[in-house]
Amino acid sequence: MEYRPLKRPAVSTFAAVATIGLMAGCSVVGGEKPSGESITLVTHDSFAMSEEVMQAFTDETGISVTQVAPGDGGALVNQLVLTKDSPLGDVVYGVSDSFASRGVDEGVFAPYTSPNLPASAEPYLVGDLLTPIDASDVCMNVDLDWFADRGITPPETLEDLTKPEYANQTVLMNPATSSVGLSFLVTTIAAFGDEGWPDYWQRLRENGVSVVDGWSDAYYVDFTAAGEGGERPIVLSYSSSPPYTIADDGKASTAALLETCSRQIEYAGVIKGATNPEGAQKFIDFMLSERFQAQLPEQMFVYPINTEVALPEDWEKFAPRPTDPFYLSPEQIDSGRTEWIEQWTSLMID
Amino acid sequence: MSDPTPAAMPRRSRTSPLRVAVWLLVLAVPVVFLVVFFAYPVLTIVGRGLFEGGSLDFGAIGEVLSRPRTLRVIGNTLVQATVGTGVSVALSIPTAFVLYRRSFPGRKFLRSLLLVPFVLPAVVVGVAFRALLAPHGPLGFLGWDRTLMAILLALVFFNVGLVVRMVGTVWESLDPRAEQAAQTLGASPLRAALTVTLPALFPVIGSAAVVVFLFCATAFGVVLVIGGSQFATIEVEIWLQTTQFLDLKTAAVLSIVQFGVVILVFWLSSLMRGRQSPPLALADGTVPAPRLRLGKGGSALDRVCTGIALLTGTLILLPLATMLIRSFRKDGAWTLGNYVALGTRGSQALTVNVWDAAINSLRIAVDATAIAVVVGVTLALVLSRRPRNSGARRAMGLLGAFVMMPLGVSAVTVGFGFLISLDRPPLDLRSSLILIPIAQALVATPLVVRSVLPILNGINPRLHQAAATLGASPTRILLTVDGPLMLRSVGLAAGLSFAISLGEFGATSFLVRPDRPTLPIVIYRLLGRPGDGNYEMAVAASVILAIVAGTVMTLAERLQPSTSGPTR
Repeated sequence: MEYRPLKRPAVSTFAAVATIGLMAGCSVVGGEKPSGESITLVTHDSFAMSEEVMQAFTDETGISVTQVAPGDGGALVNQLVLTKDSPLGDVVYGVSDSFASRGVDEGVFAPYTSPNLPASAEPYLVGDLLTPIDASDVCMNVDLDWFADRGITPPETLEDLTKPEYANQTVLMNPATSSVGLSFLVTTIAAFGDEGWPDYWQRLRENGVSVVDGWSDAYYVDFTAAGEGGERPIVLSYSSSPPYTIADDGKASTAALLETCSRQIEYAGVIKGATNPEGAQKFIDFMLSERFQAQLPEQMFVYPINTEVALPEDWEKFAPRPTDPFYLSPEQIDSGRTEWIEQWTSLMID
Repeated sequence: MSDPTPAAMPRRSRTSPLRVAVWLLVLAVPVVFLVVFFAYPVLTIVGRGLFEGGSLDFGAIGEVLSRPRTLRVIGNTLVQATVGTGVSVALSIPTAFVLYRRSFPGRKFLRSLLLVPFVLPAVVVGVAFRALLAPHGPLGFLGWDRTLMAILLALVFFNVGLVVRMVGTVWESLDPRAEQAAQTLGASPLRAALTVTLPALFPVIGSAAVVVFLFCATAFGVVLVIGGSQFATIEVEIWLQTTQFLDLKTAAVLSIVQFGVVILVFWLSSLMRGRQSPPLALADGTVPAPRLRLGKGGSALDRVCTGIALLTGTLILLPLATMLIRSFRKDGAWTLGNYVALGTRGSQALTVNVWDAAINSLRIAVDATAIAVVVGVTLALVLSRRPRNSGARRAMGLLGAFVMMPLGVSAVTVGFGFLISLDRPPLDLRSSLILIPIAQALVATPLVVRSVLPILNGINPRLHQAAATLGASPTRILLTVDGPLMLRSVGLAAGLSFAISLGEFGATSFLVRPDRPTLPIVIYRLLGRPGDGNYEMAVAASVILAIVAGTVMTLAERLQPSTSGPTR
């Protein structure tokens, strides 16, 4: 066998690749430091807000905003807890009620009450540490066309879901792996009490509900109205989902069952140890302003916490706010969550 | 290079201190990298879970390990990984034979296609598999929806291409003369393949199996979407305990179990490989492959292997085709709209459009590949040395196991580890974008090592001796003997690193900045948003990811120097 020296073309190819690599590397790594006053906003990874609105904050206050989004609801709070000694930023937005008390107990928030707080937010306050910014309602959704085609009346209540005519029609999510799933577990606990909920789930199980692990999986694979070949016309989703199923005739092909909803609140708070606590407070004030609140439905699919703020037209028609959703406070959820999930898992999966 | 010095050279009693020093210096680069960006963050987070009030909490370890759930999760992991690896290897050897030892039109394209699954985000694959297997799906009649069978299929789908590629690359450059000799002596092609070629391939098959086992054992998203919690693996459980319950104690104990699995697998594989693997008879460059003949004059070997390769192809093509078809459909009609929408931010789901995210992904992948190749090739060079000193040999064995560890550690552990350990000067890197390519390079490095090492180990020491006899310096030997033989596998390794980086989701999701998301991140966000058309956009974006990855890997193949003759 003969061997030969490394050929020149190979050397130059590798040199070229390395050079491109280094150049591209610089462009990725090079970060720009904002000049002047700034804050770092820590959010969950589904934060979205139009550039105009974000720019308006900077124009009004002279404070520029850097965003970090280290994960979804649970991961967000956990990261704040882990980094208490060396905080990730100044202000946090997107703490959900199911994880709020963990952050409160671990002392990661600094007290602040905004002068802009609307009356409709007051029932959801967590001491003076967290400010409610938006609400969303997790409800069962039904495929109206599917029921119309078969001449069956869609279900309306939690009880209906256990009736034989709706057998094998429901798909929902595991509360251990999905925040939406956890919300529905909370719904059943609020509705049937600490004693009664396992029995209700037993009946759901007997009626052939399917439990999957994530919302997208349930909605896009199993739900008849969204996927191709889905075969379950009842799915756990949001009260705000129907506007996204508006067909050419101007009507939504799905509807939320407003008697099956549970309310989730998302909070903002000043992070303890923030380098710019005043800036953080100003940002919380800004999130309660009408300008920011009015954008919440279209940008993040949630209701403004300020009920005086008008909803978009499609929402008024097809995603009205549930009038009397089930609700448990962050403390109640936090104290029960682990045990409920364990109990639920042994009931439904093991 | 510490192989016996030819008699013509002045005798040296021991390896010279200078050479040892040079090697240690070379070794320092990758080791410092792995210690700072892997061992330190991971130990910090595991330590946070295990130390209670300053002392190690042994009770916790026992308590977590004795829970029935923990045992079941460990069992799930081992079963899924063992069967997944077994099936992947069994399918891939005949497939590698067809794709790398026989020639036919389009084989390069098929080779690239086989690796595409490897880069697809698990969520997307999970949804594609469920669409295929769900009761009303095309394969619904099998009744495999949400079963162990579905998970195994998905694991094979992800990994079979990797084994084919790793084994095929070596097979392709294997000197065929031994096999030819066997056939001349009257052995049938099948017999010659089984008795001559297969044993020669054992080291690389073992190497690939180890990697695939670890990939299967740490599969996360795909297990969760396809199987649900009843099939939870250690990885899924670590994710749950860390992100949902902040139970660092349980997560830490499970992480240690995962380390244990890595070490065990590595130890078993080194036992199987035996103390001394015979040098591979490597041809310098690609050996011309004969045409694939299935009709008259074709051998039974060709037919059997082609049959199995077709099975492999079907397994890979079906979900990919499902995805492709879905990307052209919306509201029950055919459309190109999903692709047009990639230039938008979706139904308010994204902070940038999908194309921008694709560019971010490519840039990050270039960085990650550079890091992984530099670190991985250096490690492979060091690990290919065979020191005579037994202590040094043992140290080498440990280093070999350590290098594999990143494959066995959960992305959540790495992500949280970065967060709490790299948070103050001189290493305050938490918000730095460089952490993303570093995290991705951590996953890719073991793969680079595993791709390059079998080739280096397979180089006949006599080549080195001959070169030395002719007066070549060690550096020159490295450049002129090892270099060209190694380049082919470096090309492969670079392609794989690039692919891993493009598809990596877990660690990236912790570190990414909202204004600079990667392609898998935007796909995941689109899937998680109930906006009109977001799902269809996610599928179209996945197709783009698949195409980019396929193209890059085809290019990586082209980059390999063609040192000898035409391929056919």
